[in-house]
Amino acid sequence: MHSTGYIIRFTLIMTTIVAIILAGLFSVLKGIHSENEAIFNKRAILKALGDNLGQKVDDLSDEQVTTIFKDQVQQFSLNMSGEVQENILAEKIDMKKEKKKPEADRTLPLFVFEKEGQKYYIISVRGNGLWDEIWGNIALKSDMNTIAGVSFDHQGETPGLGAEIKDNPTFPSQFKDTKIYDDAGVYRSITVRKGGRKNKIHEVDGISGATVTADGVTEMLIRGIKYYEPYFNKIKKTSKIGMN
Amino acid sequence: MAESTVQTVQEKEPLFGKKERKLITDPLNDNNPITVQVLGICSALAVTTLVAKALVMSIAVVFVCGFASLFTSLLRNSIPKQVRMIVQLVIIATLVTIVELTLKAVNYPIYKELSVFIGLIITNCIVMGRLEAFSMANKPWRSFLDGLGNGLGYGAILIIVAVIREIFGKGSLMGIGLIGAGDNYFINTLAEGSWFAWYMPNNLMVLPASALFVIGVLIWIQRSWNTKLVDIS
Repeated sequence: MHSTGYIIRFTLIMTTIVAIILAGLFSVLKGIHSENEAIFNKRAILKALGDNLGQKVDDLSDEQVTTIFKDQVQQFSLNMSGEVQENILAEKIDMKKEKKKPEADRTLPLFVFEKEGQKYYIISVRGNGLWDEIWGNIALKSDMNTIAGVSFDHQGETPGLGAEIKDNPTFPSQFKDTKIYDDAGVYRSITVRKGGRKNKIHEVDGISGATVTADGVTEMLIRGIKYYEPYFNKIKKTSKIGMN
Repeated sequence: MAESTVQTVQEKEPLFGKKERKLITDPLNDNNPITVQVLGICSALAVTTLVAKALVMSIAVVFVCGFASLFTSLLRNSIPKQVRMIVQLVIIATLVTIVELTLKAVNYPIYKELSVFIGLIITNCIVMGRLEAFSMANKPWRSFLDGLGNGLGYGAILIIVAVIREIFGKGSLMGIGLIGAGDNYFINTLAEGSWFAWYMPNNLMVLPASALFVIGVLIWIQRSWNTKLVDIS
């Protein structure tokens, strides 16, 4: 049997050594971690463009992703009334934190991708799935109505069911060429319809066995896209496309 | 080589003799942590949808199990018996955090995919079970081998299950398409005149429950061929 004093000394020394090792390793790798995270998020944003990017996102190297972001992507941070916030960089916006804020105080990221004179507006949305949060990026064409592509991700949806929103490429591909406004200009968003879509303009097919996740996607889109409406209206009114 | 050293240096244990080899091979078959001891099932269900995920998880467990055994064994005489479980847990948690931080720096997408399951190696009964049962009473080198062996035994089953689940659930292996609907698969079921137009990937295989069926069948196969296991548990 060891004495109480020995036990206390042993645990103190051990925890100190462990703390020093882990803190050291963490601070050494911290730079690489945040770099990786930034690249990962940029890939997710570019993924929303789908075919319009011209290349597959997975085939791009990290450097290429950074170059595309530097040369072809403009970033804007918007407040809820659609005004551009000068001092915040859009890629630094943490959507998870923004979702916890009251709606009026949120900042929205907007990425404008330009290729061959064509502009794409990529917006970020976040909502709730079955088990945890789901989020996505939506690329809109310059009419701010037609969807050019989407990419979704999730925290903990069931593989084979809810996780299909990310894993099965046919789900996001259905969103291509759907519209968020109807012909009369009324906001309709996109609905994920259980049992198959009834029209190809405002609806996509659901995933069998994942009704709650699908409804979460619908809810996320209705709310999330609407947040950008003030900005869209402003742009449409000045009939100037883009910020320049 | 090993045999000759035994003869010349008397009573010195060989570095990699019969006993040591048994420490590695035993957990692969006769004393497999998953199919015989039925430990570590939870993570085996969760990370076996894709072979790449299972492979990374296996490497992580082999590393943690091996080095946790080594460090515990090195400290075995100075660890106060009253707090030994906590000390073991601190050793495991340290190694798991090292693995997590390294993976986050080396391959971020895989780190994202495995999410909580790397952290949950801490609670994997295989690791702690080996520390309590073996490392606390054995010399460092042998403990290290025992840890590695058990990690490998776990990893082997994980990869077998993942191969089966990925092929039948997704129609691919290591992300390379074998059979499915689309041009990027080796056998394209949508192609005109395809003999495999009837084929559909089995979605049940992607769900966690299927891992239990697959492990159950593996246990059945193993026992019908290795009959001495039948009466153990």
